[in-house]
Amino acid sequence: MKTANYIVLLLFTALMIYASLGLPQRGDPYAPIHLEESPVHSPGASSYYIRNARRDAHTNNMVTVILADYRGYDTLGEETVIMTAGLICFMLLRRRKEKGSENA
Amino acid sequence: MLDFFIGHYAYWFVFILMAIGLYGMTVKNNLVKKLIGMTIFQVSIILFFVAAANKWGATVPVADRANGPIDPTRFINPLPHTLMLTAIVVGVATLGVALALVIAIFKRYRTLDENLLLEEMRKEDDTE
Amino acid sequence: MKTHRSNPIVSLVSRMVSPFIMMFALYVIFHGHYSPGGGFQGGTLIAAAIILVRLSEGSDTAQLQFSRSWGTPLGSLGVLIYFGTGLAAVFMGGRFLDYAALHLAHHASMSRSYGILLVEIGVGLAVTAILVSIYDNLLEGEADA
Repeated sequence: MKTANYIVLLLFTALMIYASLGLPQRGDPYAPIHLEESPVHSPGASSYYIRNARRDAHTNNMVTVILADYRGYDTLGEETVIMTAGLICFMLLRRRKEKGSENA
Repeated sequence: MLDFFIGHYAYWFVFILMAIGLYGMTVKNNLVKKLIGMTIFQVSIILFFVAAANKWGATVPVADRANGPIDPTRFINPLPHTLMLTAIVVGVATLGVALALVIAIFKRYRTLDENLLLEEMRKEDDTE
Repeated sequence: MKTHRSNPIVSLVSRMVSPFIMMFALYVIFHGHYSPGGGFQGGTLIAAAIILVRLSEGSDTAQLQFSRSWGTPLGSLGVLIYFGTGLAAVFMGGRFLDYAALHLAHHASMSRSYGILLVEIGVGLAVTAILVSIYDNLLEGEADA
């Protein structure tokens, strides 16, 4: 059982490293994710953000502008997830007052 | 050949880290060790995105006067950084939920070993 | 629950360092427009400062600094600040989360900058409160396990 696990893990690593041979060079400024236009001719988001972040929101830090302005909905969702996680922790682990409902 | 190595070695380390996380999740029996493996896996994916955001000769995505004129080739891609920033904090929150579930399991079954847990659950199914 | 044995050096150092970490965290939140930083990072730093005192002083003494019962209300307040900023933009005639409609300044871009600041404060508050409350709840659950 354990040996089968190890073989699967080795195969997984080998497969991932084989797949990484097709990735663009790390740091290549002409990799598809950095381009103005993707290979299927849709406009690339990142260079739009770099060009317009300061002009649109008068804020130097592009990451902040993307986080709170361009992708505000996303961050609202993430914050709701954090809030929900806190509430779940509270509900799972709160100390129960009555002794009757002890089994969680 | 050397160029290829320099351009890809970061990905290989990330994938090895991913395999370590998967090892923790699949081979270990203790639930807390499984959670540690899950966190390592998560961190490896975050590192992968941050590594992919890099550009040669570029600087931090802050459009300060000291960083020169605004030109997409001179600034690191800010989008993966933003996404990973939220992913880290959400990862911590979900890890908290996972630990709370582990504590609840320990309160009920008094063990965290996977095999013992399965046995206990089978016993409970039989008695019901 | 395990009895807490206090060490004077650890206690003194963590008590002294905690306010400075919070100060730096506030800098990280409010300077997030001009340097790497923002609500998530600053909120995590404040939570780290609070948890540091909890670890060194014991959770019961540390209630004086940040009470256990504040976690969920402050977290909700943080989410409400974020959501309220978006909703206020709707009521002032813009779209949801379009800070230019808030008219916080003369220029639309400056108004967006202030809107981002409000949102970041909300995020920071929520992250702080929720991280501390997760720590507290885990401790509470572990205590009577």
